[in-house]
Amino acid sequence: MIRPDAELLLDINDLHASVEAQPILNGVNLQVRAGEIHAVMGRNGSGKSTLSKVLAGHPAYRVTGGSVRYRGSDLLELEPEERSRLGVFLGFQYPVEIPGVSNLEFLRVSSNARRQQQGLEELDTFDFDDHVRERLSVVQMDPAFLERSVNEGFSGGEKKRNEILQMALLNPVVSILDETDSGLDIDALRIVAGGVNQLATPENATLLITHYQRLLDEITPDYVHVMAAGRILRTGGRELALELEKTGYDWVDEEVASTGQGVA
Amino acid sequence: MTSVSTRDLVSQPYKYGFVTDIETEKIAKGLSEDVVRLISSKKEEPQFLLDFRLRAYKHWLTLEEPDWAALGYSAIDYQDIIYYAAPRQQEKKASLDEVDPKLLETFDKLGIPLSEQKRLSNVAVDAVFDSVSIATTYREKLAEHGVIFCSISEAVKEYPELVERYIGTVVPSNDNYFAALNSAVFSDGSFVFIPKGVECPMELSTYFRINSGDTGQFERTLIVAEEGASVSYLEGCTAPMFDTNQLHAAVVELVALDDASIKYSTVQNWYAGDENGVGGIYNFVTKRGQCRGARSRISWTQVETGSAITWKYPSCVLQGADSVGEFYSVALTNNCQQADTGTKMIHLGARTRSTIVSKGISAGRSSNSYRGLVQIAPGAKGARNYSQCDSMLIGDEAAANTYPYIRSQQPQAAIEHEASTCRISEDQLFYLQSRGIGFEEAVSMMVSGFCRDVFNQLPMEFAAEADKLLALKLEGSVG
Repeated sequence: MIRPDAELLLDINDLHASVEAQPILNGVNLQVRAGEIHAVMGRNGSGKSTLSKVLAGHPAYRVTGGSVRYRGSDLLELEPEERSRLGVFLGFQYPVEIPGVSNLEFLRVSSNARRQQQGLEELDTFDFDDHVRERLSVVQMDPAFLERSVNEGFSGGEKKRNEILQMALLNPVVSILDETDSGLDIDALRIVAGGVNQLATPENATLLITHYQRLLDEITPDYVHVMAAGRILRTGGRELALELEKTGYDWVDEEVASTGQGVA
Repeated sequence: MTSVSTRDLVSQPYKYGFVTDIETEKIAKGLSEDVVRLISSKKEEPQFLLDFRLRAYKHWLTLEEPDWAALGYSAIDYQDIIYYAAPRQQEKKASLDEVDPKLLETFDKLGIPLSEQKRLSNVAVDAVFDSVSIATTYREKLAEHGVIFCSISEAVKEYPELVERYIGTVVPSNDNYFAALNSAVFSDGSFVFIPKGVECPMELSTYFRINSGDTGQFERTLIVAEEGASVSYLEGCTAPMFDTNQLHAAVVELVALDDASIKYSTVQNWYAGDENGVGGIYNFVTKRGQCRGARSRISWTQVETGSAITWKYPSCVLQGADSVGEFYSVALTNNCQQADTGTKMIHLGARTRSTIVSKGISAGRSSNSYRGLVQIAPGAKGARNYSQCDSMLIGDEAAANTYPYIRSQQPQAAIEHEASTCRISEDQLFYLQSRGIGFEEAVSMMVSGFCRDVFNQLPMEFAAEADKLLALKLEGSVG
């Protein structure tokens, strides 16, 4: 939903970042307002996953220039845990397994960290148990997964559902979903996308990082951005994704070549 | 636990590092036959015990210090140690109110209140300060159940026949270098006797405190559970921070008769030395339990977090048919600490079973080795063992080793061994952080998850303490 007067949540200006001295982002500009759903598309290596990691504060990525403001304050100044507590959520492409740490306890600690920041009462074990069981329906998840270690032995689809469950519990302001569709069959994709749609409100915003158009059949974006060589090359509406689906990414390569922006 | 309380917790590096200023009676440095006789005479011991000490001392003189452990340390000068130090007070007091308030205050500061009003409601405590036991709580209440819980010095005087019957029967005085040394010069420790058919009505606990800088602590603990008896016992240990090393060489013997059960838990937090490895306790301990009777059970649970050097293998001799031995261990090393620890399960009786779960965590530049033996004798038909040894590395300068020895002379025995090594990865930490969980808390969450199987074995009051202790010990070790 596009409302020009909606709050500017995320304001990315000329963002440059590198990993191990290799520049990956070369001047990203992006504004995200409340109520909007953005899709960032591009080939592997275009920098779209790096953008998500930088926004979440992964220590392996170094910001070399530009700025990111989140609701008016400097996002890049904050530790990853502070970003989460303030409402920035990253749904991982490959959620890691954490043996020995109970999924339920992890969800509770995480959720309480966010609640504390919001000035809400922290939930004890019993109240949280009720709360989480109610939220499971968002992604139709089996309660048995609460009793297991975080992501340990989960299938690809179960891991992604666990990500969206976390999103449902953390009630984020800006959600960045990095290739949430990858590795999902069509049923799992519908469930996960259904969860994202349920969680979208006029107050929050979603940034979908994806390679394929098929996720956008399930979640309708307000904006589609095409990334290449660490920059946003073109921005359009829903139809841009359909065009990409038809023509592939070859025209993107040509455009990058003609503007002298070699793919790193 | 909120992140704030974790920070508060980890901001105190070693909160037990203080020294109590108290007048101490010490004997001169050095070890000789005269010193052995002097210790025995100070304690007014019967002849059998003096003979026991002298035999041990003479044997010790013939032994060489073992060097097979994966430990490196400069040679210990056994003539540069004081073998007996005691806070100066007259007789052991009949009432706690007469104990030197400085000593009571010391134990208060350690979180072990001894006075009638403040003591823990369901745990009886024997408090050992340097070489002597200063107080034992709830003795009378336990006596009503026929349970004897006192210092070993008192037991020698009051129950000499029991001590004579059992001492040295599980760990003989010539067992090994450090056991022989302990047998010659041991000063105090705890004595527990649970008579036939009695389930000990409360947790028993001994708290060991080293206070003097130049004194060795050589405690000796003996626990006997008669037929059908059961007891849960916990020991805790702390010491002040000195820039020299102190020697701690203890012996613990457990005897379980038919259908008896002994659960022995340790939370060891001796001073570990500073981040450069200066100072700290040398902890050389021989702990062994004998499942003498049929269907008896001995369970060791240890959380080893302190000491510069740890050399310790709590073991079970499974003699009675159908007896059960268990070993659950968390050993954490940080900075320059070194640990070589594990267990021995000696299966002699038919259908004996043993379980070993060892979790080693190495951080900083430390070295952490698991060394274990599972031995199945020809007569142990149907014996079974399950061993699981997991190591976790934090940072890239720490070392973890596993040395499992299996000797089976019984073709039908079932022996399973599993081992794993993992490292806390940057991606795991980032995942937890990106869910609002602070860095230190993320580390301690992963470490306590790793140790959960062992913490579940601790008495409830201490499981939470153990969790906090690990968080404290890992402060600043990551990143």
